[in-house]
Amino acid sequence: MTWTSDELMTVNAARALAGARTCFVGIGLPSAAANLARRTIEPGLVLIYESGTLGSKPSRLPLSIGDGELADTADAVVSVPEIFNYWLQAGRIDVGFLGAAQVDRFANVNTTVIDRGPGRPEGRLPGAGGAPEIAASCGKVLLVLRHSTRNLVGRLDFVTTVGHGDGPGSRERLGLPGAGPVAVITDLGIMRPDPETAELTLTEVHPGVTPEQAVAATGWPLAVAADLRVTDQPTEAELTALRRLTQGAPDA
Amino acid sequence: MAEIRSLRDAVAELVHSGDTVAMEGFTHLIPFAAAHEVIRQGVTDLTLVRMTPDVIYDQLIGMGAARKLVFSWGGNPGVGSLHRFRDAVENGWPRPLELDEHSHAGMANRYVAGASRLPFAVLRGYRGSDLPSRSETISTVVCPFTGEELAAVAAINPDVTVIHAQRADRNGNVQLWGLVGIQKEAALAASRVLVTVEEIVDDLTPTPGAVVLPSWAVDAVAVAPNGAHPSYAAGYTVRDNDFYQAWDAISRDRDTFLGWMRETVLVAS
Repeated sequence: MTWTSDELMTVNAARALAGARTCFVGIGLPSAAANLARRTIEPGLVLIYESGTLGSKPSRLPLSIGDGELADTADAVVSVPEIFNYWLQAGRIDVGFLGAAQVDRFANVNTTVIDRGPGRPEGRLPGAGGAPEIAASCGKVLLVLRHSTRNLVGRLDFVTTVGHGDGPGSRERLGLPGAGPVAVITDLGIMRPDPETAELTLTEVHPGVTPEQAVAATGWPLAVAADLRVTDQPTEAELTALRRLTQGAPDA
Repeated sequence: MAEIRSLRDAVAELVHSGDTVAMEGFTHLIPFAAAHEVIRQGVTDLTLVRMTPDVIYDQLIGMGAARKLVFSWGGNPGVGSLHRFRDAVENGWPRPLELDEHSHAGMANRYVAGASRLPFAVLRGYRGSDLPSRSETISTVVCPFTGEELAAVAAINPDVTVIHAQRADRNGNVQLWGLVGIQKEAALAASRVLVTVEEIVDDLTPTPGAVVLPSWAVDAVAVAPNGAHPSYAAGYTVRDNDFYQAWDAISRDRDTFLGWMRETVLVAS
């Protein structure tokens, strides 16, 4: 089977959920990946949406976090204060899975405003949503976004959500309980924080992608791991499940 | 006790120019019919409060009804930007829009404090974020027991909260279920409460997970069938995802937007 670079990204994002028990799911790419994980690598994965659903099992990809099917198929539906206070802030959720507009070398995230230069008004992005507290309180965080110098920038115009702050020890100093971002999955490969410096380093490229391509598409001098690996090709089962999800076909 | 009234009369009595208004419903049960009545009555200079402004506030903002927005995520869910919101913030069209911007956890706790009639709420939030630098309603407080520094967010107490629910009984007791979101907190935080419902029934049959707002916590109930469209009321209607996608093209251009509002909202009653 052939595949697109977006499919490669989503399949690898789903694989990153192996071993996770509970996942707080952002809408868009994270939702596609988390739903794919439930159909492939982690069938028991509990999906939690900020609209207040615990254990959603949608048969197709929801357009929004408010689609009725997320509530209809959930183990429990709770209020918005409850989802953020009792479930997220209390540290009950293993993985937070987020999309992003801009990410910097320490996996901090901007989803608020874009600086468009002198004399021009700031470009408006949607805002924080649940991200600052999801990234603070989940056991660990996965980020998924397309790889470009526009998205992966040397300096954020605004810090909406803290990843690893300004480097090693930042999260501890700020009192952020979770481990923070452990992987940034893109359509070119996967970056992970270096254990020493906390700086995002290219550790995997997807089949057919060169490390030079990834470096060129990154807005800071991207370090490449000495033992750079190539991600496994998507399997037929993964691609079939993903296409069924995105085409809206119900589970067999 | 809630009075059962026409939507027109209820809006005229409860929603005034200059008010702080929360129209809540976290993706579900969004009170579009009531917002359209607010637009038709020319109510303006509002401070609009809502976690997810959604298409409902894109419409109010684009029609110039708002001077300020208090929110935590301003997009068209699953589709993209809210173009009227962006045009107001970036270009001041049709008028400048002041912002007070939070995270979802912060907004949820602001409503909880408001419903509890406390001055603020505490949470572990905003740590390391630039958000507090742009908001006067985010600060910190030190826990008197442990010494931990926590985020403090000011209570929200709207002049009026407007929500949509599945049904009410003839005494004005209101019942809603499905994604119950932040509506109970938003209603109890407000000085006045207007609820639109799909229908009035003789008896509120118990429903799993349902929230009941007693009549004495509500000022007015108005019947507005399909009043959440293009959002939805679980058990009655489904979310009109096609409309949310169509809104992107309708709202992108100022004239197209104004034409749509004139034909679809202003002429209707």
